[in-house]
Amino acid sequence: MASTFAESGADLELVGVSKRFPGFTAIEELDLMIPAGSFFALLGPSGCGKTTTLRLIAGLEDPTSGQILIGGNDVTHVKTYRRPVNTVFQSYALFPHMSIIDNVAFGLKRRKIDNAMGLAHEALRLVELDHLAQRRPASLSGGQQQRVALARAVVNRPALLLLDEPLGALDLKLRRQMQIELKDIQDDVGLTFLHVTHDQEEAMTMADTIAVMNKGRIEQMGAPEELYELPKTAFVANFLGQSNLFSGPVVAGAGDTIVVDVAGRKIATPTERAQRHSGEVTIGVRPEKLTVHAKEPAAKAGVNMLGPGRVNDVSFSGVSTQYQIGIPGVGNIVAFAQNMGFGPAVHDGAEVWVTWNVEHGFGLADDPADLRRFDPDDDTRSIALQQRQRLEAELGKA
Amino acid sequence: MAFGAFAGTPATVTEPAVRRRSPVALFLLLPGAFYLLLFFLVPLFSLILTSLQAPREFGDIGQYDYAFKWENYVTVIETYWPVIIRSFGYAATATFFALIIGYPLAYFIGVKLRRFPLWQALALTLVIAPFFISFLLRTLAWKQIFSDEGVVVGALQALSLMAPGDYITGTPFSVIFGLTYNFIPFMTLPIYTSLERLDLRYVEAGGDLYASPTSTFLRVTVPLSLPGVISGTLLTFIPAAGDYINASRDFLGSTDTVMIGNVIEANFLVLQNFPAAAALSIVLMAAILVLVSIYVRRSGTEDLL
Repeated sequence: MASTFAESGADLELVGVSKRFPGFTAIEELDLMIPAGSFFALLGPSGCGKTTTLRLIAGLEDPTSGQILIGGNDVTHVKTYRRPVNTVFQSYALFPHMSIIDNVAFGLKRRKIDNAMGLAHEALRLVELDHLAQRRPASLSGGQQQRVALARAVVNRPALLLLDEPLGALDLKLRRQMQIELKDIQDDVGLTFLHVTHDQEEAMTMADTIAVMNKGRIEQMGAPEELYELPKTAFVANFLGQSNLFSGPVVAGAGDTIVVDVAGRKIATPTERAQRHSGEVTIGVRPEKLTVHAKEPAAKAGVNMLGPGRVNDVSFSGVSTQYQIGIPGVGNIVAFAQNMGFGPAVHDGAEVWVTWNVEHGFGLADDPADLRRFDPDDDTRSIALQQRQRLEAELGKA
Repeated sequence: MAFGAFAGTPATVTEPAVRRRSPVALFLLLPGAFYLLLFFLVPLFSLILTSLQAPREFGDIGQYDYAFKWENYVTVIETYWPVIIRSFGYAATATFFALIIGYPLAYFIGVKLRRFPLWQALALTLVIAPFFISFLLRTLAWKQIFSDEGVVVGALQALSLMAPGDYITGTPFSVIFGLTYNFIPFMTLPIYTSLERLDLRYVEAGGDLYASPTSTFLRVTVPLSLPGVISGTLLTFIPAAGDYINASRDFLGSTDTVMIGNVIEANFLVLQNFPAAAALSIVLMAAILVLVSIYVRRSGTEDLL
């Protein structure tokens, strides 16, 4: 199987895969289907099991149970070196004792493919590093090493290319550039890419399909915009971007909207966008869907309103302004506003109301009673807050 | 130069350090430089002078005068070249066997036992444990074990694997066995140091790139542990070539297994032919230097840098 080039990408299928290590379960009954030729991202915080999943597919770990199929063939018990899979490792793992060209030709030579050197040079040209072919990896920069690692994997034309946070070590600008290059290469060669990352922005810009992973399970899977606009669990709502979440009992379920009592206020959400339709539920809305008003707006059909609340934080970021608004009985909510005028529209301490269109709301599948605050480190909101506090501390010192 | 190989360069990539000369560094070098001057260069100079001495006219045995008798070198090489060849042959064979035994041992301790630090420490202690007993005593113990009345010969004769009159001590086998045994730790420890730092992600990458475990071992693991292999072979070969204990008649050797060290010892201490002993020492040193330089140069430029 591994002795020829893959004509095109292959489907990858995981059936009920579990991986238990002594003392903890990394992956629990994972089912996953990645169609041939797609760019699939496995997104999740560190420790969610995404790297273990990748290692299982590459054959670097054996699953405790379940099946792994590549292009319809069961490879669960096939040794690593016989799988039509190549990996771009997080650490690149370029062989330090070989030149760049020997690194790239390594896989071809092991498979005794004719003209290994010619193909290796071609792959290096693809990543624009052919002029460094005779160098040793240690004399290359991080970004160049990353591209060599990519060339070393792509040159083998695997049915499936695994990318383990390959851009993690790069600075922002190089990262953007590599994201575009990766996407181009994927379009050119038509392989199936499986990209493991904890960077939600990277996953959203590059992947056709994202699976958000948490605690060894897939929380939700879909196209980036679908996941963003209609998260089904609080984890997804908070990990992929930011969300304002409210809990309360459903007081009316008439027709196409459900109405939730949030601290005495009636908030409507489309029924088809809600996972639960009765009892205690959690609903949410993305911060950029909120409109901030300095005066109480008139109640309108099809618009939810919360307020009055007090702005307790304004952070201006050029393109937009982030307001943090404390609403009695509801808690803090976040609103993003485009800077259509000059600077923030309302200031710290101002009394405001927020509104949003009913159709922008979403209802989560979580039971509000189970809804805990997530690990603060993984929560984008708390990261933003920490960042801000650090900045403020720095400014205060200066 | 060539002896950079002794440093045991790790198998991981290191950034070239920025070198800066400072007076403090030179000052710190002083004790070492002084030590080398006093205990290496001065004796070496004295040895060279001795090697060129001529016997005193009408003098007693052991009385020599300073001269420039370079013929001493011709004489010792003419007289002792079979011994020199034999010494290097024994040393090379012992180095080979020490590598065959030491590498798997080092691999097991450095790679396979990595997940069990306690076992790793224990295994490492066992490798070093022979050093707790004197080298002479251990070699004598082997003489005892291999003696004509000992268990090994007795058992082999009982199994008809050895003829009744055959013996082990005093044969090339017992000398090479002794050399191998005594130098296994010197081979194992540097290789262990290299393998212990071997980044297993390179091994995983080898498997990912279609290399079978054997192929990965030969193309990734071995090259990355080469610095340790080179230090280990040098630390074994150089002292083994000059060794005079194992090949001595009092230990595992006989007159048939005389090595250059034994000849030097006899010339210095018994025959009192100091110039011959000194000339042989210089010849041994020069030969080792040449062999080692070739060895390090060959293995060094191809795969190490």
